Amino acid sequence: MKVPLRWLKEYVDIDDIPLEELVRRLTFAGLEVAKVRYVGVPEPGGASGREPHLAWDREKLLVGAITEVRPHPNADRLVIAVVEYGGPEPEYCVTGAPNLFEYQGKGPLPQPLKAVLALEGAVVFDGHKNDGSLMKLRGRKIRGIYNRSMVCSERELGISDEHEGIIILDPDAPTGMPLQDYMGDIVLDLDLTPNMARCWSIVGVAREVAALFGRELRMPPDDFSPTGPPIEGQAAIRIEKPDLNPRFMLGLLRGVKIGPSPYWMQYRLRLAGMRPINNIVDSTNYVMLELGEPLHAFDYDTLYRRAGGKPPTIITRLPKPGEKLTTLDGEERELDPFTILVCDTAGPLSLAGIMGGLESEVEDTTTNVLLEAASWDFISIRRTMKAQKIDSEAAARFSRGVHPAIAERGLRRCLMLMQQTAGGEIASGVLDEYPRPAPTVEVDLPVGSVGRLLGVDFTAEQIVELLSGLEFRCEVKGDVIHVTVPDHRMDIGSGLIGQFDLIEEIARLYGYDRFEGTQIADELPPQRGNIVLERTEMVRDALVRAGLQEIITYRLTTPEREALLTPPGARSDWPDVEYVRLANPISRDKVVMRHTLLAGMLDVAASNLRYREHVAFFEVGKVFIPCDAPLPDEPLRLGIVMRGPRRPESWLGRPDDDASPMDFYDLKGVIESLVEQLHLPEVTYRPSEHSSFHPGRAAELNVSGRNVGVFGELHPLVCKAFDLGDMPVLAGEFDLETLIGLIPATYKMKPISRYEAIRQDIALIVDEAVPAAEVEAVIWEAGGQLLRGVRLFDVYRGDPIPPGKKNLAYTLMYQSYERTLTTKKASKVHAKIAKALERRLGAKIRA
Amino acid sequence: MLDQLEALYREALEALEGASDDEALRGWEREYIGRKGKVTLMVRRVGELPPEERPAFGRRANEIKRELQAAFEQRARQIEQEKLARELESGAIDVTLPGRPVQVGRLHPSTQTLRRIYDIWAEMGFQVYLSRDVEDDETNFTLLNIPPHHPARDMWDTFYTTRPGVLLRTHTSPGQIRAMREFAPEPIRVILPGMCYRYEQISARSEIQFYQVEGLAVGHNIRLTDLIGTMSDFVRRLFGPERKVRFRASYFPFTEPSLEVDLDCILCGGKGCSVCKHTGWLEIAGCGMVHPVVLRNGGYDPEEFTGFAFGMGPERITMLLYGIDDIRYFWGNDIRFLEQF
Ligand SMILES: [Zn+2]
Repeated sequence: MKVPLRWLKEYVDIDDIPLEELVRRLTFAGLEVAKVRYVGVPEPGGASGREPHLAWDREKLLVGAITEVRPHPNADRLVIAVVEYGGPEPEYCVTGAPNLFEYQGKGPLPQPLKAVLALEGAVVFDGHKNDGSLMKLRGRKIRGIYNRSMVCSERELGISDEHEGIIILDPDAPTGMPLQDYMGDIVLDLDLTPNMARCWSIVGVAREVAALFGRELRMPPDDFSPTGPPIEGQAAIRIEKPDLNPRFMLGLLRGVKIGPSPYWMQYRLRLAGMRPINNIVDSTNYVMLELGEPLHAFDYDTLYRRAGGKPPTIITRLPKPGEKLTTLDGEERELDPFTILVCDTAGPLSLAGIMGGLESEVEDTTTNVLLEAASWDFISIRRTMKAQKIDSEAAARFSRGVHPAIAERGLRRCLMLMQQTAGGEIASGVLDEYPRPAPTVEVDLPVGSVGRLLGVDFTAEQIVELLSGLEFRCEVKGDVIHVTVPDHRMDIGSGLIGQFDLIEEIARLYGYDRFEGTQIADELPPQRGNIVLERTEMVRDALVRAGLQEIITYRLTTPEREALLTPPGARSDWPDVEYVRLANPISRDKVVMRHTLLAGMLDVAASNLRYREHVAFFEVGKVFIPCDAPLPDEPLRLGIVMRGPRRPESWLGRPDDDASPMDFYDLKGVIESLVEQLHLPEVTYRPSEHSSFHPGRAAELNVSGRNVGVFGELHPLVCKAFDLGDMPVLAGEFDLETLIGLIPATYKMKPISRYEAIRQDIALIVDEAVPAAEVEAVIWEAGGQLLRGVRLFDVYRGDPIPPGKKNLAYTLMYQSYERTLTTKKASKVHAKIAKALERRLGAKIRA
Repeated sequence: MLDQLEALYREALEALEGASDDEALRGWEREYIGRKGKVTLMVRRVGELPPEERPAFGRRANEIKRELQAAFEQRARQIEQEKLARELESGAIDVTLPGRPVQVGRLHPSTQTLRRIYDIWAEMGFQVYLSRDVEDDETNFTLLNIPPHHPARDMWDTFYTTRPGVLLRTHTSPGQIRAMREFAPEPIRVILPGMCYRYEQISARSEIQFYQVEGLAVGHNIRLTDLIGTMSDFVRRLFGPERKVRFRASYFPFTEPSLEVDLDCILCGGKGCSVCKHTGWLEIAGCGMVHPVVLRNGGYDPEEFTGFAFGMGPERITMLLYGIDDIRYFWGNDIRFLEQF
């Protein structure tokens, strides 16, 4: 909502209030001033340079009086305007302004035309460039005639884009007055929240300003003398859906002359962001901006003709099947069954409250005007706006709610302005169908309830004073204030909600900057913690300690993207379930909620490979699995992706082993460190045949007998599909919820022996098929109490080990908690282990 | 023979002077005081002397042996020190060369900010409550006092799913309803972090998914001034004790009164810049007193209970804290971005 201050000042006196203070108070009161536009007046603190800005030079930009328009001797499309401005000699301005041509060669004008005169040296916008660049006027010859000054268009002054003709000011503009003084202005651009429907008008804002500063609000005049015959008999109203159209009014003005509206009106419409059309349409728009009541003017004679040469009946109703309407913007519209229409007996005339129809519009030839003022159900208006994708100024207001009482004020004010600007005779009386009178809202506000909610006690007198400023009628009855809500406040409810609504008004007017903060005195609720969050954060920390970078990817993806996780032609091991699918996706690559973290993570890995050869990522987040309930399951997952050289390159080079790409065992190491940091019990790994992974290079992680995820080297075809280059990519996805559910609440410290340990190596040859985990299990089992550590230090295949066999070498550590162990004792256990390996696994012990 | 011994003594001392490294030193040791050294052998010859001369010779011989041993050790130390000094001198390295890279893991900046937020609120007794991403229309809007077709619905551009009445939460506020229904009639102090979604074109300023942290306090005596005090404490804890905080009227359908919390612009110090849209203030959170309709929908009698709620965006906070000018960095996950935090 744009509020020109000169307009605002018509209804409330604020000349003594500094702009800064006005902006501050409005913003604090919930009318956020998003922008301040300085029109022709200097910007405080100098131009910010954000937008082209021009302060009108008080010496060189003046109100001028064109006393004569002379033809240009050498050019048909130019004239010379003789402009008086209070100087010793008039200025002679060569101009091509088409709106001066009708005065050309008519000698001295009986009534001079007021215009904006720019004297030599004045700075104005360059009207031809229209890119915000400024120019300084200099004397020069135009087609042989010396010219040093000019009469200006709106574009040249930075008022609007209009450059078709020069500004013709109203006749009462004082000749010689600096333009800045005459019409320099400041426009506040307010960002209004949906509850501020009442402030979608200058008077609405003025009312707030009056309340905030304790001033009087002056309502605009709406008195006129109806001299025409009564409207009854000349038109009629029929409301078919009173719930959607609680009130409908008509006024009639006969004998108007369509033409441009006076400049003061045009100028205000411009500053408020609207385009002037003609005196009738401008009057309706002006009143809409002023009072908040959108109005619609019909060409009465068109309606009369449509009615077959009879007085028209205006009908408001829902559309009939197949009915269409061509709106003002030239668009032929199919009508939804919920769209309320203004019609006559011949068919639809306009989309009620949103946009007029093309046919019944006021035109240059219109002489009789039928004026509509109505109120509409705001939900119905919203639905139609959305369906038709129209966002007109009228719809913006009606869709937020306009009280039926305002229709009457708007109608009277508009009839008055139309007559003032277009002449004619106002029919006596108005037609008023009001089948659903709005109830008066009354609220009983206990004085104590204000302090209870706000934490600051207000007296009944204080409350009454604050609320009265906004035209709430208050009556104190003991501890309760009986409040009658004014009709422009449709946002105030009744009962307890009404109390809250009023308390907010009290706090807002009092000013939030005046409340001192307090500490919560209320009892502290039971402190339970959040174990899921705590353990999720433990997992994050564990992975960060393992050297991984956390990433967070989009939870939206496409089924096609996730399908790339399965090599072409392979049977997918991902669960075959539906997706949570968007009904209104905004882009083609985000249409469903993900089933897995991996697709998004691999995309991130691929995009980073442009800058880095080494990536090591993890992500913790939800996936979305539809189920029988209306809302999907949202299980938490952990994803890991690693790829690239084991160690980063540096000037020191890297040891041979560390230059090689990370492989399965790098990922396994990360997972072992995670499992260990979380103290997960009974962890085992089993080979996995999951379709996304390299056959024979993937494992299932089991904790306490439950499968909690799969990890391994990604299938080369999957790497290719995600454009991940040639190095192996390690990846895994884990069911985090199950995993963190298995973290023990606590664990015991293992005792540390004070006695010396004995280390003995053992090397054995077993079948390739025997997993290392099984060997280790046998060692532990046979080792008993004294075995403290098992460390695999070599795996060897090839000569002299027979094919199909492998050599495993372990260092075993023996230690007692009671005494220093003798070698003899350790060797005894060692031999027992060797025997068990031979017996249970058919191992051949080499040392 | 005593003279011979004295001569040998002088010769040994002289020779010791000339030994300048470990090897020469060991040679000297062998030559003079080793088991077959000249001094040792001469001392053994004590038996060749007449018995009356033997004690004097013996005394002197022992003295000389001790002195030579002491001289040897001192010389050895000296040589050791010289050697160390030489080694240290030649062992200088270029300390300005870069170190061996360490691979460090890091948390995503959003997680880091979330943790800071959790920590501050935890100290004030607010615990974390987690809620779902895919919501029903009822909980996301209607129960929060935003009925269908209400103008306030325009405040959220919503992703709907193909299942009627199911959408992606546009804010964490539906978690308020879920928390209240779980805890009523206990008093509540929770924060609700989570991913939210808006139907918006992705740009430097807006994302289709973003974290939000909602807060909710419900009790018998929760007041607007408590909200103001608590939020001010939070903002100053997060951004620094010297920061200015202001509250101004705003509108959210689920709170009344509703307020916007502004922080004096970190970037320009309040003078006005493009980040604060030349106002000198940055919007940092929305908040207000829980609307009676929402309290009732949550299972609390609004005549008996009051509450406050607030909401903030961790990405926006992170952007302000570190001068990040483009929200797309967050889910872009460029390592060059992530490794800066
Ligand atoms: Zn700033």
